[in-house]
Amino acid sequence: MEYHGGSYDVIVIGAGHAGCEAALASARIGAKTLVITLNLDMIAFMPCNPSIGGPAKGIVVREIDALGGEMGKNIDKTYIQIRMLNTGKGPAVRALRAQADKVLYQREMKKTLENQKNLTLLQGKVERLIVEDGVCKGVITQTGAHYYAKAVVITTGTFLRGEIIIGDIKYSSGPNNQQPSIKLSEHLEELGFELVRFKTGTPPRVNSRTIDYSKTEIQPGDEEPRAFSYETTKYITDQLPCWLTYTTEETHRIIDENLHLSPMYSGMIKGTGPRYCPSIEDKVVRFHDKPRHQIFLEPEGRETEEVYVQGLSTSLPEHIQRKLLETIPGLEKAQLMRAGYAIEYDAIVPTQLWPTLETKLVKNLYTAGQINGTSGYEEAAGQGIMAGINAAHRALGREEIILSRSDAYIGVLIDDLVTKGTNEPYRLLTSRAEYRLLLRHDNADLRLTELGYRIGLISEERYQAFLAKKEAIEREKKRLQTVIIKPTPEVQEVIRQAGGSELKDGIRAADLLRRPEMTYEHIQKLAPADEDIAPEVAEQVEIQIKYEGYIQKSLQEVERLKKMENKKIPEDIDYDAIQGLATEARQKLKQVRPLSIAQASRISGVNPADISILLVYLEQGRIARVSNE
Amino acid sequence: MTEFDTIAAISTPMGEGAIAIVRLSGDEAVEIADRLFRSPTGKQLKDVPSHTIHYGHIVDPKSGRIVEEVMVSVMRAPKTFTREDVVEINCHGGFVSVNRVLQLVLANGARLAEPGEFTKRAFLNGRIDLSQAEAVIDLIRAKTDRAMNVALQQMEGRLSKLIRELRQTILETLAHVEVNIDYPEYDDVEEMTPRLLKEKAEYVRGQIEKLLSTATQGKILREGLATVIIGRPNVGKSSLLNALAHENRAIVTDIPGTTRDVIEEYVNVRGVPLRLIDTAGIRETEDIVERIGVERSRQMLKKADLILLVLNYHEPLTEEDERLFAMTEGMDVIVIVNKTDLPQNIDIERVKELAAGRPIVATSLLCERGIDELEKAIADLFFGGELEAGDLTYVSNSRHIALLEQAKKAIEDALSGIDVGMPVDLVQIDLRRAWELLGEIVGDTVHESLIDQLFAQFCLGK
Repeated sequence: MEYHGGSYDVIVIGAGHAGCEAALASARIGAKTLVITLNLDMIAFMPCNPSIGGPAKGIVVREIDALGGEMGKNIDKTYIQIRMLNTGKGPAVRALRAQADKVLYQREMKKTLENQKNLTLLQGKVERLIVEDGVCKGVITQTGAHYYAKAVVITTGTFLRGEIIIGDIKYSSGPNNQQPSIKLSEHLEELGFELVRFKTGTPPRVNSRTIDYSKTEIQPGDEEPRAFSYETTKYITDQLPCWLTYTTEETHRIIDENLHLSPMYSGMIKGTGPRYCPSIEDKVVRFHDKPRHQIFLEPEGRETEEVYVQGLSTSLPEHIQRKLLETIPGLEKAQLMRAGYAIEYDAIVPTQLWPTLETKLVKNLYTAGQINGTSGYEEAAGQGIMAGINAAHRALGREEIILSRSDAYIGVLIDDLVTKGTNEPYRLLTSRAEYRLLLRHDNADLRLTELGYRIGLISEERYQAFLAKKEAIEREKKRLQTVIIKPTPEVQEVIRQAGGSELKDGIRAADLLRRPEMTYEHIQKLAPADEDIAPEVAEQVEIQIKYEGYIQKSLQEVERLKKMENKKIPEDIDYDAIQGLATEARQKLKQVRPLSIAQASRISGVNPADISILLVYLEQGRIARVSNE
Repeated sequence: MTEFDTIAAISTPMGEGAIAIVRLSGDEAVEIADRLFRSPTGKQLKDVPSHTIHYGHIVDPKSGRIVEEVMVSVMRAPKTFTREDVVEINCHGGFVSVNRVLQLVLANGARLAEPGEFTKRAFLNGRIDLSQAEAVIDLIRAKTDRAMNVALQQMEGRLSKLIRELRQTILETLAHVEVNIDYPEYDDVEEMTPRLLKEKAEYVRGQIEKLLSTATQGKILREGLATVIIGRPNVGKSSLLNALAHENRAIVTDIPGTTRDVIEEYVNVRGVPLRLIDTAGIRETEDIVERIGVERSRQMLKKADLILLVLNYHEPLTEEDERLFAMTEGMDVIVIVNKTDLPQNIDIERVKELAAGRPIVATSLLCERGIDELEKAIADLFFGGELEAGDLTYVSNSRHIALLEQAKKAIEDALSGIDVGMPVDLVQIDLRRAWELLGEIVGDTVHESLIDQLFAQFCLGK
């Protein structure tokens, strides 16, 4: 029965990690927001690893938090373990990772959504969009309800025509046997979207009571209290460990013998899987001479005995999975609770999006998360918050917000997607960021709080605290630039103990700090400040002074990037009317439709000569424009 | 991206004119020039008024040695050709010194201008009339394609193979560092320690240095085309030498490391730097073969890039002439049949046979006839007959050297980072830069390949 269900500013389809951030951002900005999900009990569900963060991804969580998003706060309330990774390396690559209590994570997120002003939660299945003259005006659900909105965000994850595969069994399903979304996928095709088929997988889960942990190595969390959110003040100290074990030659033998039963090799799976999370059968085939592979046993929560067997992602038949478990030390008697599986799903080719995540094909329609060809909760959430912000801004008639590659990992992620596309599920890696020294875990607030505040996602109170921190950093840096440390016996002693060579003369505190063996703590001892220096201020001062040379180099590169970003290309440029462009470049430019020269130069197949030609036309203002018919 | 950096190039035609100008344009033009310029009065270019010219020297900041005596003009934006800050370094004419100045400029922060790039900038900055737009585009297109052809030609063979191998080594090292960062818990991946990284970086530096010293084109640019004049007594070797030297202001040098009795002179023939070997012997009308013996001269000839074989038009070919042809079989030879002012007694058909397709030039050095043809033959040989002097062969060579030098500098930065205890992931920034610079030489800087390498080299996954 068709009926009018209501009118909103923004409708978000899906309430996974992208959907939650999109809905919250939109509602908090002040847009009247409706979020529709297939199953209200599955809000913020983690179908794969029970963990959040890690290299690059952990920094994304901090960025989301600095922009006023929820993921960081939610995991801080619900983790069972947290660790800082890469502590032995430079500041640019440090990252937090937490093991989540999966159920608690969902419950907390649901509570947050339920209590959010301007936000309506609804269980339902969206089957069509209301599109008039290329403009999205709302959605239609399976039950016939028409909901109208000024902007719509699709965050359907792996549900679009999802199919689960275990051995030779294949059935239509979303992740974890949820109902899939088939009609919406067909509808997107009808609208003219180009879809690709991607694949991902998940390992089996076993019962903790049946694991012999004595045969594994313990992996505890950090003792030091840590949190993702800059606003978190309460830390969870009671942490649960993870455990490490390995596959054996016997495991590999079984895989070898049963490879023909794997849908990956039988040709049953056609979707492109990610190289960074291959199945165990992939690993054994590709790295055949490796005698063993690591297996991490990760508890899925405090109130459950279910344990995630990380490293054993597989789509081999269930009975083979059981055999595999028997060969792994500690898991010989482990009870299988859920079998691992592969899932195939539709994603849209992300070069069909503007950097705001609005689709080029349908105005006021945005997509975020796994539907855009990414993988990972953090990647999804990062896109979600940006799509939510832009959808709300569209609805309220405000500016578009685009993060640059030098602003945030989120900027790198979205730019890569919309500029280069992806031919496998995309995962963020630190090596994808050319300015990773600037995009640190520790300075996400310095990079993005200002923007979060301007948009209206950061509270006045938090903003004032942020400004105070910023001032304290500058004050202390300035002090260290001026204070001279003299070679007194006490000073020499401290330096000697740190393993450095003694001073010959007085030296500026900042210069002494630049010595590799010196830390801010040493400097504080030698030249104490008059005020109390908070640890997060000390951290910034130390990093900014110690690595100044490298930071400066990166900043210079960013300067150059900014100049190119400021050379804007009109949206309605007609590339066919520009003579001299190479054929491949012309095709790519027409497809991607970059907004700036900087973006254009990152498209593969567009070479420097094409960029020069483009510049010539732009400078001349003689751009032929495609008429907007 | 390269649209907004400081560019430099030799902006006068090569080998012609009494002065040669190295021009810089861009934000850092004055700053870069200041790093190299020493004025006798100690003034700095950043302090001088716009549109003024200054006397001084170009000094290599690394060695502190004077490279060239110069006049430097400083012209600040916007009243310049490109509407950017422009510095012009006026050098003495001659290939070697101006090229060294250019190399220094490039090593100190400028990028070698692409063909037509000064014009392009002038255009982009609104200096040039609208009607010239299409012409500029044609220029960009044509010159780029051509530069690419030249680059590709040069890239065939050993140099490109070496660079690709070197890049692969760096890439594997980078992937190794990256995998430690992105997958810190994979304990079966060996940790890339500073010591290990240093080993790799030193290896790469060594290879780059080797490349810099062995890349033939690079050697020619720095040292000139090793040229030997041979011929029987009294065929006119000495006159040929004088003609080349006279026309082109030879610089006499005593090169350390070569045999003491072999003296070299530099001449610049239509932009081709020739290093004439054993000029002393020739001036004493002795042939190199007579002087240092057959075996040694054979060695000498083998090392030569170019051999000028002189014959006497007035006399029949002798056994000795035939022997010289035999000694130079398969080498780059220009046959000069001299003394055409006298009646012909030589068997030209036989000469053509012996020359086997290599160029033959008829001259009368006494009457100063045929010298132009000879110079053209030399230039044709060097530029492969495709490019006129001052064009791209020289440019791309210079470009490769500049890129190699920059890559070397990046590696050195990486090494000094390791020495002062910087974390591996910061040191890696410089290593990666070296990889990108080497990639520019072979025309390959695809970012994605690092990620491909990561997954090919290591076994990762959930």
